[in-house]
Amino acid sequence: MATTRILFSGFGGQGILTLGQLIASIALNKGKEVTWMPSYGAEMRGGTANCSVIISDKMIGSPITSTNIDILCAMNIPSIVKFLDNVKPGGQVYVNSSIVKEPIDRTDVEAVLLDATNIANKLGNIRVANMVMLAAFLQKTDLFTFGDVEEVLHQRFAEKYPQLAALNVDAVKQGLEALA
Amino acid sequence: MKILMKGNEAICEAAIVAGCKAFFGYPITPQNEIPEYMSLNMVKAGGAFVQAESEIGAINMCYGASASGVRVMTSSSSPGIALKQEGMSYLAGANLPCVIVNVSRSGPGLGGILPAQGDYFQMTRGGGNGDYYTPVYAPFSVQEAIDLIFKAFDVADLYRTPVQMVADGMLGQMMEPCVIEPRAAINVDKSWATDGNSGKRPRNIVNSLNLSAEGLEQMNKERFARYQEIKKNETMVDNRVKDGDEIAIVAYGAPSRVAVNAVDELAARGIKAGLIRPITLWPYPYDVFQNLPSSVKNILVCELSMGQMLDDVKIGVAGRLPVHFYGRCGGAIFEPAEIADAAEKIVRGGA
Repeated sequence: MATTRILFSGFGGQGILTLGQLIASIALNKGKEVTWMPSYGAEMRGGTANCSVIISDKMIGSPITSTNIDILCAMNIPSIVKFLDNVKPGGQVYVNSSIVKEPIDRTDVEAVLLDATNIANKLGNIRVANMVMLAAFLQKTDLFTFGDVEEVLHQRFAEKYPQLAALNVDAVKQGLEALA
Repeated sequence: MKILMKGNEAICEAAIVAGCKAFFGYPITPQNEIPEYMSLNMVKAGGAFVQAESEIGAINMCYGASASGVRVMTSSSSPGIALKQEGMSYLAGANLPCVIVNVSRSGPGLGGILPAQGDYFQMTRGGGNGDYYTPVYAPFSVQEAIDLIFKAFDVADLYRTPVQMVADGMLGQMMEPCVIEPRAAINVDKSWATDGNSGKRPRNIVNSLNLSAEGLEQMNKERFARYQEIKKNETMVDNRVKDGDEIAIVAYGAPSRVAVNAVDELAARGIKAGLIRPITLWPYPYDVFQNLPSSVKNILVCELSMGQMLDDVKIGVAGRLPVHFYGRCGGAIFEPAEIADAAEKIVRGGA
């Protein structure tokens, strides 16, 4: 795919903006064009948060993905309510099924369910649910590899918090196992 | 090395690398990352950071710092920039260099925090009292914002003028890969500065007050001679119109990225469109409209306002072609399809 348009959405505090940034950083490492654009404004912990990431081989125009979404990564129910209709036919929806219990009400998109919050809780840190969701990108796209994820986590955490790099890698592995 | 950086933070880092030694600001969304970044990194770079008591305080601190000869910057967002107009007029009157960044929001009044381009008139027509203009740069990407910050400091020093940059929440908040590397420094004489050169030269006075009509007229004429040089040397435009294009779309700043998508979408619909993207809003690239290919039959101006740059396009086109407008405002951002629809309607008739 020449251009991939991704929307990450969830509650503030679920690591939505961070997950988007990590994937944008991976794209940068791989020499791609990339934009990361957060929703901003009167956002708060527990409120809704979302960010758009566009990865491309060519110059990217608008960084906003309010329409024509290739991949919607939805960590809560309001994200599905708000954005499901904006996913392209043939697109994908990655769902945090720990929180979103309702079926995905579209037959022309592929729904990928991940019990992300529960898996993160079992790992002892609910904050890595975003990294569990990242496994869906590894399983369902060829945007990047597990090695790319390890590299970016190393860049981000190795110096100050090496134990966090390991925890995040574990969360991705658990997500991959759940999808296997 | 390419790094991933937010527009607001990249503007700061570029300013520091460009040798900016003082930043004075006051909080307002969506530019808050600028004072936040400066509060840490300007100090690390050995410069001065002050969170002023108000926007007016900040711009007048800029006046003082600039008069002492250092590179200085302030930033704010639309209503805060409105408050700075008095100080900007004084800077212009005293011939002081300064870089002012407007991460604009929707208005009028306190308005909203989402992207809008309603400050065009204020930024390109002086804004404060008296006879003056300020060069205005309108980057559309994080990398271009970096490049233009270097340029803005150079132009401010070279022509002794305040220089503005306009971004918005889209450019300020978005991250893109970018490179920030030191550039060759320009050599500027600042022997006019009040830098405490204790008696080794005649006393310098930095002031905009001149009660002699002849004297003040002379000062203003001298300033406008510099404006002529700025027009000649510093006008910038990204003209992507090719021979065969039927319609030219004119847009600036981050919202012009939507027009980039719209041009692609129009191509898919079988309509040849080209983008004209002014990079300097003052001086305005009027000439670009005099040399369009004869295939271009219509101009479509797209702004996140009710139509302000529209006036400058009409001046440039000078009645030779029909000039149409499509805009959104209040923080609403057009989709590529909206611009493409507007252009298609014009090209296929019926508009």
